[in-house]
Amino acid sequence: MKIHEYQAKQLLKQHQIPVPRGVMAVNVEQALAGAQELGDGPWVVKAQIHAGGRGKGGGVRVTRTMEECRQAIEAILGMQLVTHQTGPGGQQVGTILIEEGCDIAREIYCGMVIDRAREKPVLMASAEGGMDIEEVAATRPDAIFFEEIDLDNGLSEQAARSVAARLDLEGKTIDQFVDVVCKLARVFVEEDCSLAEINPMVVTTSGDVVALDAKINFDDNAEFRHPNHAELRDLAEEDPRETRASEWDLSYVGMDGTIGCMVNGAGLAMATMDIIKLHGGEPANFLDVGGTATADRVTEAFKIILEDPDVAAILVNIFGGIIRCDLIAEGIVQAARETQLQVPLVVRLEGNSVAEGHALLESSGIHVISADDLADAARKAVAAAEGGRG
Amino acid sequence: MSILVNSDTRMIVQGFTGRNGTLHSEQMIEYGTNVVGGVTPGKGGSRHLDLPVFDDVVTARRETDANASIIYVPARFAAAAVIEAAEAGIAFIVCITEGIPTLDMIRAKHAVRANGARLLGANCPGIITPGECKAGIMPGFIHRPGTVGVVSRSGTLTYEAVHQVTQMGLGQSTCVGIGGDPIIGTTFLDVLKLFNDDPATESIVMVGEIGGTAEEEAADFIASEVKKPVVGFIAGRTAPPGRRMGHAGAIVSGGKGTADDKIAALERAGARVADSPAGIGTTLSELLAAQN
Repeated sequence: MKIHEYQAKQLLKQHQIPVPRGVMAVNVEQALAGAQELGDGPWVVKAQIHAGGRGKGGGVRVTRTMEECRQAIEAILGMQLVTHQTGPGGQQVGTILIEEGCDIAREIYCGMVIDRAREKPVLMASAEGGMDIEEVAATRPDAIFFEEIDLDNGLSEQAARSVAARLDLEGKTIDQFVDVVCKLARVFVEEDCSLAEINPMVVTTSGDVVALDAKINFDDNAEFRHPNHAELRDLAEEDPRETRASEWDLSYVGMDGTIGCMVNGAGLAMATMDIIKLHGGEPANFLDVGGTATADRVTEAFKIILEDPDVAAILVNIFGGIIRCDLIAEGIVQAARETQLQVPLVVRLEGNSVAEGHALLESSGIHVISADDLADAARKAVAAAEGGRG
Repeated sequence: MSILVNSDTRMIVQGFTGRNGTLHSEQMIEYGTNVVGGVTPGKGGSRHLDLPVFDDVVTARRETDANASIIYVPARFAAAAVIEAAEAGIAFIVCITEGIPTLDMIRAKHAVRANGARLLGANCPGIITPGECKAGIMPGFIHRPGTVGVVSRSGTLTYEAVHQVTQMGLGQSTCVGIGGDPIIGTTFLDVLKLFNDDPATESIVMVGEIGGTAEEEAADFIASEVKKPVVGFIAGRTAPPGRRMGHAGAIVSGGKGTADDKIAALERAGARVADSPAGIGTTLSELLAAQN
């Protein structure tokens, strides 16, 4: 789960990590009052959306006068902000953060993630603050310093000091840096983060360390022990189809193609998208219907797939392991009737009770294109989608 | 021969009396797995599926001489169940449970290592040595005894691969689902080493997917050590970047983790990579025919 910058900064502040003074606002009046409260400027007006690249997209402005600040607030609030992470449609800005400016002497990158190879959380730091860490990793991997974080003891002071030395920090800045990264490591473990990033972490002209930007993601699997995280969720940031899918324990990701997919299992769902592409088609979505595909959930899956107006055919690919194919077939028949299915439906069933499943589909009266295997299913779905488009 | 499980495996089930534990225990027993008992805290002393139930793993192990455990405990308690099994001296632990917090898995894995045990999963379909022992939720009937070792990160895509292998008239030595989580107990590399040393395994099918670098590490091992024919498939060529991969895997390993990288690494290592998920069986069959 992702949260906004202003929420991440509140969390950091609760842990005594220095952040710029700031106020969040959802309308112009609130924003202007907040700016006045902060003092005489300069003010930084920052769009609050989950996607990165906000600055380049025009979602962050530094303003010197109250008039400039007002203009920035009016321009950013409500704008459709397009960044390299939002997709071409962009994301509407409903919330902004206004902060006091600060005098920047240096910018540092500081992030924490789970390192799969080390099987531990790690601190990553680099002198290239403000840059995309992926870019630094790809071009100059040696410029990133790693230190392991222990789940019980956190980040050791010694490790933090060694990173400070490699970053060439000096004087009181060293102590402040050590303090901040050790506290951030505690946040990472206590809050079950999958990402905790301060980029840039700035050193001010007076040598103080401040978290100028913050990005925190939580591990979805651990949300049961963090009931307080629920209020940080912003549904406006989510694809409504994905949100609805998740309420039904379906895993859905929308894509740009014409063939809607319903598959059991994430790996098989990805493989089904791959084979559609291999046969010249384009998948409209990823959809894992999971291990207990009841008739109701299959129906809901069909509804979600059909909300996408580009869908010209549906491909159902089920490998019945423990679940029986005849039960899946019942679900498909119910779903096709309830959604008054108009697009061609290609069904590939394999595994447990497959003959009964096929028999049930054939006797149901709904028009189903049966496929013998995965390749046959992909070929038929691609042909059906093309035929359907005329 | 086979790897990790066989007819000598004495299995207990943690989460034995729950809905999932019951359903899959019944299926494992029906398949012929030697299930010797189960654990459900608070139900020790009772019987379930005509087998003894114990309050904890230490007692279960002492009373049944179990050497393996399979876990169907809900996600929030599953890591503790793994740690309990490891500390009780169970040598091989299979964790089926999906949705365990990553930090919990890190703790569990450290406990497993500290106690010299081996963990498979979590979030995996389990492991089967056809005709001998099924420790998991896979449909037993698609397997048949033979010489192909199958290892995969996925569930149903593993079944797909196994089904294709069986349809080619080939059987499997052991099929292992290692699970799709970022932190897992047994990796591709671990399983490849075991298959490489197993005289009953004559060829290997490896099914990977996007994210992380486990396939690349496996490829390095294939290149240097594996003389047996290897067929690979990597799912996720069409997956939109950034959606499932997140920050972690890609960054730490310097931009690795795409399907194309993994396919290239496997091909460089001498493995034959199937273009299509429908071509895993035929690719293996062709490769074996070419070698004879």
